[in-house]
Amino acid sequence: MSHLAAAAPAGPESGVAVSASALHVIRGKVPVLRGLDFAIEAGRITGLLGPSGSGKTTLMRAIMGVQVLTSGSVQVLGLPAGHPELRHRVGYVTQSPSVYPDLTVEANVRYFGAMHRKGRAEAAEAIAAVGLEPQARQKTGDLSGGQLSRVSLACALVARPSLLVLDEPTVGLDPVLRADLWGRFRSMAESGTTLLVSSHVMEEASHCGSLLLLREGKLLAQLTPAELSQRGQSADLEQAFLHLIRNAAETPGTSPERAVRS
Amino acid sequence: MMMLATTRRVLDQLRHDHRSVALILVVPALLLTAVYFLYENETLLPGVPRTFDRVGLMMLAIFPFVVMFLVTSITMLRERTSGTLERLLTTPIHKADLLFGYGLAFSIMAALQSLVATAVAYWIFGLDIQGSPGLVVMIAVINAVLGVALGLLCSAFARTEFQAVQFMPVVVVPQILLCGLFVARDRMNEVLEAVSNVLPLTFSVDALQQVATNTEPTDELWMDAGVIVAIVLAVLVLASLTLRRRTA
Repeated sequence: MSHLAAAAPAGPESGVAVSASALHVIRGKVPVLRGLDFAIEAGRITGLLGPSGSGKTTLMRAIMGVQVLTSGSVQVLGLPAGHPELRHRVGYVTQSPSVYPDLTVEANVRYFGAMHRKGRAEAAEAIAAVGLEPQARQKTGDLSGGQLSRVSLACALVARPSLLVLDEPTVGLDPVLRADLWGRFRSMAESGTTLLVSSHVMEEASHCGSLLLLREGKLLAQLTPAELSQRGQSADLEQAFLHLIRNAAETPGTSPERAVRS
Repeated sequence: MMMLATTRRVLDQLRHDHRSVALILVVPALLLTAVYFLYENETLLPGVPRTFDRVGLMMLAIFPFVVMFLVTSITMLRERTSGTLERLLTTPIHKADLLFGYGLAFSIMAALQSLVATAVAYWIFGLDIQGSPGLVVMIAVINAVLGVALGLLCSAFARTEFQAVQFMPVVVVPQILLCGLFVARDRMNEVLEAVSNVLPLTFSVDALQQVATNTEPTDELWMDAGVIVAIVLAVLVLASLTLRRRTA
């Protein structure tokens, strides 16, 4: 099992990293995901966008295999989501930072690194990647909200996963840091990592190679940012998204899920 | 490997919390002092052991049980509510790594705690028993692990720290009442005695009484210890069932 953990993603991968078919999830009595079909290409950044409450987090949980599915299936890196092998290859950063506030930044990253047999060097690298070197020996609980979410990110980066699932990683970050992080995500994608990044801020969509637009548990469209601004008739991606939503509401007979893919 | 990383992490968390460390190490010794002075003026018939030798000894087993139950159930509950548990379970860690990692970390704390308390009992208050103090510490550590195991299990049934603390009267107090500390077990009515027969703390107290009255470890002592260890393992298995990788 260690050889898998040690294998860092080498070179751009091709093919499909994640696919879902007829995915339904009901939480409590509320249908959260209502029949999703899509495929996410490997080695690029896919943005998962939609208003809050549209099912982004539940979809990410389904991909991580921590969500009980009502029906349908999710395949991740050729295995059913939640397969034990995937624990070596998939990283997950939840929306609220899940780290230990009473440990130093370094201790947090080293602990999660230890789960993947990574040591001090990899931990230092992950901390540097999120720009927290100066805070490495500070107690995590004393950091600001934005720093805290970067610690959480470093705890996932340290494992060097082939698929990285990030739930709203840029919330609460200042513009400079946000640009830094997107730059880092891009270079990870270039070296073969698949990233799925959720956001409810449409302007971030421009950083993604491909977009999944989610609304009320349904896939509104899967397209590129360029296609979104074209179909939404606006260079402003937020306006374009709103336009798409209005169109979908006016023509309920058409099925927006069948939107063109690049 | 992952188990030791977990142990190191839990101890590291505790190390940053000086107040908790102080409470764990000092409070039992202080309470023991209170017990000593409580019975300071008792009139003893010749040949009858001091009450302190009986009650103080049992306290040495009960403290680590209570403290570790509380510490573990709160720590584990935090792990569940903060999302770190769910995150950990998406990594290659085995549930056993996590549970035994916790168990080992708190056993180390318990060993330190009982060393302090036992030292105070022996050297300051002249605790007078037949058996070796090493056996007393051993029983105390086994008891601490029992507290850890029950705490891990109970944390699954609490949603808040407030609820977790409420489990103490449910899980811990009955065991203290029925373990033979207040009334000798053979003088309880049948129902209470039957209940006390299956409570883990009963075996610890019995084991300590064996240590108190025999210079060499007896078979009954080892049997008691074996029963507690078996209960600990059973509770840990139950606790591992509450660690779900997949939730609704």
